[in-house]
Amino acid sequence: MGFMQLMQLIVSSSLMYAAPLILTALGGTFSERGGVVNIGLEGIMVMGAFMSAIFNIQFFGTFGAMTPWIGLVAGGVIGLLFSVLHAVATINLRADHIVSGTVINLAAPALAVFLTRAIFGAAQTGPLPRAFGRSNIFLLHRIPVIGPIFFRNTSGPAYLGIIIAIIAWFILFKTRFGLRLRSVGEHPHAAETLGIKVYTMKYAGVLISGFLGGMGGAIQAQAIHNEFGILTVAGQGFIAMAAMIFGKWNPLGAMGAAIFFGFAQSLARIGNYIPIIQDIPNIWLQVLPYLLTILVLVGVIGRAEAPAAIGKTYIKSK
Amino acid sequence: MSQTNKVIEMKGITKEFGNFRANDNIHLDLNKGEIHALLGENGAGKSTLMNILSGLLEPTEGEIWVNGNKVNISSPDTANQLGIGMVHQHFMLVDKFTVTENIMLGKEKHRYGFMDQDSAEKDVQELSDRYGLRVDPKARISDISVGMQQRAEILKTLYRGADILIFDEPTGVLTPQEIEELMEIMQSLVNEGKSIILITHKLDEIKQVADRCTVIRRGKSIDTVDVATTSQQELADMMVGRSVSFKVDKKPATPKDPVLEIKNLTVKEARGYDAVKAIDLEVRAGEVLGIAGVDGNGQSQLIQAITGLTKVDSGTIKLAGKDITNKKPRQITETGLGHIPEDRQRYGLVLPMKLEENMALQTYYQKPFSKHGFLNHKEIKEHAKRLIEEFDVRTPSEEHSAASLSGGNQQKAIIAREIYRDPALLIAAQPTRGLDVGAIEYIHKRLIEQRDNGKGVLLMSYELDEVMNVSDRIAVMYDGNVIAVVNADETNEKELGLLMAGVSLEKAHEQVAESKGKEKETVADTK
Repeated sequence: MGFMQLMQLIVSSSLMYAAPLILTALGGTFSERGGVVNIGLEGIMVMGAFMSAIFNIQFFGTFGAMTPWIGLVAGGVIGLLFSVLHAVATINLRADHIVSGTVINLAAPALAVFLTRAIFGAAQTGPLPRAFGRSNIFLLHRIPVIGPIFFRNTSGPAYLGIIIAIIAWFILFKTRFGLRLRSVGEHPHAAETLGIKVYTMKYAGVLISGFLGGMGGAIQAQAIHNEFGILTVAGQGFIAMAAMIFGKWNPLGAMGAAIFFGFAQSLARIGNYIPIIQDIPNIWLQVLPYLLTILVLVGVIGRAEAPAAIGKTYIKSK
Repeated sequence: MSQTNKVIEMKGITKEFGNFRANDNIHLDLNKGEIHALLGENGAGKSTLMNILSGLLEPTEGEIWVNGNKVNISSPDTANQLGIGMVHQHFMLVDKFTVTENIMLGKEKHRYGFMDQDSAEKDVQELSDRYGLRVDPKARISDISVGMQQRAEILKTLYRGADILIFDEPTGVLTPQEIEELMEIMQSLVNEGKSIILITHKLDEIKQVADRCTVIRRGKSIDTVDVATTSQQELADMMVGRSVSFKVDKKPATPKDPVLEIKNLTVKEARGYDAVKAIDLEVRAGEVLGIAGVDGNGQSQLIQAITGLTKVDSGTIKLAGKDITNKKPRQITETGLGHIPEDRQRYGLVLPMKLEENMALQTYYQKPFSKHGFLNHKEIKEHAKRLIEEFDVRTPSEEHSAASLSGGNQQKAIIAREIYRDPALLIAAQPTRGLDVGAIEYIHKRLIEQRDNGKGVLLMSYELDEVMNVSDRIAVMYDGNVIAVVNADETNEKELGLLMAGVSLEKAHEQVAESKGKEKETVADTK
């Protein structure tokens, strides 16, 4: 395998594995910037993955090549609906954020697998008829050298994630909405005295996280596993949270960290083609992403500055 | 005075929290262009009343009139629209945002939702120039001084077009010089046509700037008086409801050998920088050493190091001749230390536990309270009863939880526990914070008594008056250093204020002497 082909392989596999992480990490960023910890993203991803798989199987005849993209939106919508549970529990009912998130993480896989069994009679859906596959990015793939490495035969959803990350950065740091969302995550009382509706902003953060997390799950099912089963998501939501922290609650940082984790995950699959790495037993490459997650969190947590009022219940005075 | 002159009238305001009446039929009116003081002890209901005026709370009963119109202030937004702005005691600022971001938050300049930072920064600069409130619009709140943070907080209300400004205990966190500056700012705001309500329990500030003063006590309005014709003593008596004495009675100290010797002590803060920087300090038996300084200059870390609650980085601490550097709190306590902690509810008491248990927290494992690892509840109860009696702790019984006591009585319970063990050194950190005048009198008396019994007392307080009244010597801390140790009867508020702001002792001397000289000159001139 030539150098160019090897580079192309590394970049495209990294991006493929990174895509779900990017979107989910961005989701986490919105929620936590508004002060709500959302470890329920793992469960939300499961629901997104499940929904998109069902959609894919049911409607591929109707929508053809557009099926996985519409399935992506379907996954986002179910993720958003599921995140309402977390929002009501943590914002209105003052539940502990971790407990509520854990409930979602326990409930979602159970519900999804139960429904899968009810519909398909098995714990998995079986292969999806219309997965994302690989695509060339419009025009960009014609650029010499860079084009073939980055934009040819690669992951479409990953580039969608990168675009959303850039938009998210603008929203958080350049718009009125972003300033208000961040103020609520830092000092909700100050925000309230300035007439900002604290609960509304927190809802916005959590619901956006649900939509993005659901989309992340949909990519996981339709681009990586090409089916839905109990193992489809398996910890990706937590890795995305790690990426969010590693990226210091900044959308671009989270995106970068997600691509890094995507690279780590892809090694288990493409390690055989890369000199040096090909001698490492595959089991270690499979463990690597989780090990890296732990190392990154140990190294970064404590030093990275989280929003000041994160995880705290805000009680309106009246 | 005509009706239209009143910008605010609060009539018969009552606010109930459950069965508790925080405000009981309170009346308050504010004239245009006046500074109106709202005086009351902690817990008298001042903040509740002002939270009602600023829309954070809704009154149970009563009417509010603004500029002659009856209004219903249901949210902070409504208050803003009526031109009412509040400068909060604990600044309502987002540390990570810039001054401009904090000021425009909720009223952002924007185009299609995208913020227009540059033009907002210009606006802030203009406002800042117009009212003489120096701020750096681009600086992050966490990087600027407390004084500038307060000016940003004031600008926030002006940016929203406030004509009526409420200052809630604005001087608590400021140095005397910053207080002086704030008083001037308030005067110039009034000259610009604003009206001000000043919430405070400091009488000299009222005498200095206020036109009228409304006194409230236990949720009821007592009277509204003309400040010019009312003495500080009268105001104080009105506030407390009985005659109070300001002066602490004490004989000159007779200091003996040192009980606490600190040499070259460095303590790191949680985030890793030096909070206490190689200081030397000594407390002798039979004296009160006061530690003055603005909050956050290493005082808390110093005390945590002495009491064993935080690690000493380098240097030594000796208590009663024994090295206690980095020893466990229990060892230090047994060596002869009593500690009235800064945060009594977090470090002084276990709130949900019974008062009698709290009173044995330091000694429960010793005889007679414990035998073979079992507690002797009878002895613990007897002990608590003795302390309650001797230190006049007001509680229905020793079996009530510590949480059920008032702040003053919680503090008395801690003081009883600590003093009863008769420690060689008593550390009192902010011992009267949030307490009423009566409790303050009592606590000061007890500290002096401890001194007169030949024990050492280390008093840390952010209240300059308290440090000056109770201490024999005063150590001033600034930026982790003890920048001067002065005798209490040879210094004054001005000098201490300069020292607290980091001015060296010689310079502070000079400046104080200079300003005295000027005063004399002007007096001579007028003659």
